[in-house]
Amino acid sequence: MRNKIIYILLIIFFIFVFVIFYRGLNNSNLYTPNTEKKIIPEFRTETFDKKKILNSKDIFNQNKFYLLNIWASWCVPCKDEHTLLMDLSKSGKIEIIGLNYKDNLNNAKKFINDLGNPYSLILLDRDGTKAIEWGAFGIPETFLIYENKIITRYIGPLSSKLIDEIKNYIE
Amino acid sequence: MKFINFFFAILIIFTFNLSKADEIKIQNKITKNLRCLICQGQSVYDSDSEFAISLKLVIKNKINDGFTEDQIYKYLTNKYGEWILYDPQFNKSTYLLWFLPILVFLFGGVIILKKLINIKK
Repeated sequence: MRNKIIYILLIIFFIFVFVIFYRGLNNSNLYTPNTEKKIIPEFRTETFDKKKILNSKDIFNQNKFYLLNIWASWCVPCKDEHTLLMDLSKSGKIEIIGLNYKDNLNNAKKFINDLGNPYSLILLDRDGTKAIEWGAFGIPETFLIYENKIITRYIGPLSSKLIDEIKNYIE
Repeated sequence: MKFINFFFAILIIFTFNLSKADEIKIQNKITKNLRCLICQGQSVYDSDSEFAISLKLVIKNKINDGFTEDQIYKYLTNKYGEWILYDPQFNKSTYLLWFLPILVFLFGGVIILKKLINIKK
């Protein structure tokens, strides 16, 4: 009788472990923090043309949707999402702001000249510290902002599916 | 007089070095306790990824601004969540993690004690 109970318990235990590990297989390896609505961080940074230093409060202050896109010319996935950003900027309903991450200025200019400029404003992040302020992991990374709050974030390159999601938010 | 000046110059240089050394020490201590989020299985201290390099710089700046170790941890968990810390802080979602080893230890102790008492009998 006792043996039987142990036997059954053992089987239940193994099934339990199997189910947990099996479910774990589907989980993504990439850690993403809870994307609760957060207020945008405060920082000061140079603009791309080096003409002025801007405060973050003066950038996202209007009553509309903003998209902050962290990019660099050395980042290959950024090139893929660039055409999507170009399309999105043509819709005119959203302001796309670029954050140029640890880039060579000349290369960045060439990137913009070759592929077009979807950004209404480009900010500079020379040492990567501003991206940390945003809680970014790497590039590309995109934040959707409304009324000084981060509504959602996309780690990695945007796809046309995600662009549709953004369009849904705007409308 | 010249000698005294010389002496003070040396003293200042040495104290400056010491305070700098302390800063580096605390910076290393903090970065060793931070998980590099994009290079799994490595601490920020060990990693040379862009993310880790920037994070080291941020921590250095924070130390220069007079932030304490706890304040820096708080700042980073605010941005990246508890996961960035190797040493999780004590709160209501981690108390089991902290107490379980003690509980298991006590439980084991009770079992051993019972067996010993049985043997004596």
